[in-house]
Amino acid sequence: MVTLVDGSEESLRTYLKTLPGVDKVGADQRAAMLATRSIKTTSKSWAIDMAIQMVDLTTLEGADTEGKVRAICAKAVHPDPTDFSVPSVGAVCVYNDLVKVTRQNLDANGGSHIPVAAVTTAFPSGRASFPVKIQDTKDALDDGATEIDMVIDRGAFLSGKLGLVFDEIKSIKELCADRAHLKVILETGELVTYDNVRKASYLAMLAGADFIKTSTGKVTPAATAPVVLVMLEAVRDYYVQTGLRIGVKAAGGIRTTKDAIKQLVLVNEIAGPDWLNPQYFRIGASALLNDLLLQRMKLASGHYSGSNYVTLD
Amino acid sequence: MDKKPFEYAPAPESRALVSIKPQYGLFINGSWVEPLFKEKFATINPANEEVLSKISQAGKSDVDRAVKAARDAYTKTWSKMPAKERGKYLFRIARIMQERAREFAVLESLDNGKPIRESRDVDVPLAAAHFFYHAGWADKLDYAGLGNSPKPHGVVGQIIPWNFPVLMLAWKIAPALATGNTVVLKPAETTPLTALLFAEVCQQAELPAGVVNIITGDGVTGSTLVNHPGVDKIAFTGSTEVGKLIARSIAVTGKSATLELGGKAANIVFEDAAIDQAVEGIVNGIFFNQGHVCCAGSRLIIQENIHDEVLEKLKRRMALIRVGDPLDKNTDLGAINSAAQLAKIKELSTAGDAEGAFRWSPECELPKKGFWFAPTIFTGVTQSHRIAREEIFGPVLSILTFRTPQEAIEKANNTPYGLSAGIWSEKGSRILWASKELKAGVIWANTFNKFDPASPFGGYKESGWGREGGRHGLAAYLKGAK
Repeated sequence: MVTLVDGSEESLRTYLKTLPGVDKVGADQRAAMLATRSIKTTSKSWAIDMAIQMVDLTTLEGADTEGKVRAICAKAVHPDPTDFSVPSVGAVCVYNDLVKVTRQNLDANGGSHIPVAAVTTAFPSGRASFPVKIQDTKDALDDGATEIDMVIDRGAFLSGKLGLVFDEIKSIKELCADRAHLKVILETGELVTYDNVRKASYLAMLAGADFIKTSTGKVTPAATAPVVLVMLEAVRDYYVQTGLRIGVKAAGGIRTTKDAIKQLVLVNEIAGPDWLNPQYFRIGASALLNDLLLQRMKLASGHYSGSNYVTLD
Repeated sequence: MDKKPFEYAPAPESRALVSIKPQYGLFINGSWVEPLFKEKFATINPANEEVLSKISQAGKSDVDRAVKAARDAYTKTWSKMPAKERGKYLFRIARIMQERAREFAVLESLDNGKPIRESRDVDVPLAAAHFFYHAGWADKLDYAGLGNSPKPHGVVGQIIPWNFPVLMLAWKIAPALATGNTVVLKPAETTPLTALLFAEVCQQAELPAGVVNIITGDGVTGSTLVNHPGVDKIAFTGSTEVGKLIARSIAVTGKSATLELGGKAANIVFEDAAIDQAVEGIVNGIFFNQGHVCCAGSRLIIQENIHDEVLEKLKRRMALIRVGDPLDKNTDLGAINSAAQLAKIKELSTAGDAEGAFRWSPECELPKKGFWFAPTIFTGVTQSHRIAREEIFGPVLSILTFRTPQEAIEKANNTPYGLSAGIWSEKGSRILWASKELKAGVIWANTFNKFDPASPFGGYKESGWGREGGRHGLAAYLKGAK
């Protein structure tokens, strides 16, 4: 592996300054052009099944209960109870106090292959002391989470404390070690500029992220096409530089099959087909899954059914 | 894990949207007439060489009739009509073009070979936008700063090229009508169909007879129109070669002219550019419309210290260009417009090989029938190579390098042309400096091939006379206006 920085704030600052800027008009234009790709028939049905496998089925509400978790676990294993040819989702994503019950439910329902992802480090704001963030992550790992979705300290990033952001990610990565995949949430809606998105993507990758993730889902805008495009360019370039393939997770605002397919087109044409699998691309979503199922039924039967033909959760 | 590549299944736009007549007459004085000169020629689909229709070759007597109709319409109707009424007709035409946008787009792609994505998203919306823009000017000419009550020329002869048939028609007809002129327009012989569809739009808009006349034919018809004594002004877009012929033939006749001719634009990438967007701009600059663009960024001039990085990214991007059926919504690069143009592109590319430049194209399967050329770049090009000097008018990019900003400008300006240029840099002061030094009519910074009806377009040196679009474009259709 090529070491691009030594971890000091000085080296981070120097390195991130060498990154070329992102021209907003150009990035928006490229994303808009790719949104016109017309995905039909066989390629559409391939894309729908791929998107289902990429879904991190998510419930992140204050009102979450064990009952709610039971329901989404059942859905995660067999998204369509009438058609077992539908693949299971990529992961189930919950708050860390529900990790244990999620794991148990998945295991009991034939979903032992589905990882449990936990949001940690004082999700969604990241505003807590460092020991709290560490404990938050430890709890999730001890309860059986094999994917950790951490948030970065956006305040620190925006005020130029790059070393602090780097060290937090690095410490969480050390905790995860071989036990869990680390997804680093940039919360791009708070970073605002595409230059920041590119810099934060690199910062996270340099600190050891396995995935870079757009958003918490609690801030809008979230996974807009140009933001995902900038992040896909970052993982593509980082792979060329270091040989390490980092994944991307788009989360927030992806609700329809059309939205999901646009994301797959971005992956295909920006990062490349090597990223086009659940190991390297995920979509954080809840409502999306039902629309994917409805479109899948439409392709198979030739007509649309209604919302009562897919399960609530 | 499923490693199957994400193939895009064919997604063709429906051809049933257009009805093409087996043959067409000429549109003179508001109705379709058979040419007095009986000859017809075929217009074909360059993607598969299928004959689409038979087109009339207008002869001298036909040009006479068209010019007379335009003169009568000018003296009896159009010049007497209040300006705001002229504006209403233009608004009506613009709206009808929007309503029939899909029809125009499909027909344009069939006849020209350009991808439906471009005809649908660029050519047709921009054509309608030109009519909307100029419709607004019709009753405000007194306040345009072009003199007190500026007057139209009268009858304008307009000759347009095959690269953007309906868009060039709009660039020509909209300002001419807004300023009170009447028109005889000749579309290119390989792409007459959207102009003939536009004739239907004129009928639908109930435009007074003779205000717009559309005659078809080859260069002979064009030359007859240029030399016709009843024509007061010529507006031409096409090759520099033909532009020079026109300039010679109208010398001392008192006719005025606007000429939009060739180009060999420099697209300059500085080391501090936003590289990914610059790569997109390079691709858009040369592969948009198969490179059949007079302002195409056909000379890429890269700062030497980022040459390899840009080249690697450019090659990876070029491998994604989807070449094929122009009617497929996912096609990025369509067919070359004609056998003659394909031969010219091949000839110049072969010259590039012979002169020692290095050719590269991504792997791509070209259709068997029709006229096709893979997206191509030449590296190691020098100023003295033909492919750095002559307009190729195809999907072929010549790549040169520079060491200092001064050298970039010198190389960019070292051409007989001066239509457009591109600058890629994140440094504002450098963009302002370079745009002042570059001798080109249109300069894009951190973008390329952007067009707007409000923005004047035209060139320096052998790229032409006059400007089209904006307030400057109006001046070209008004007597004595500056």
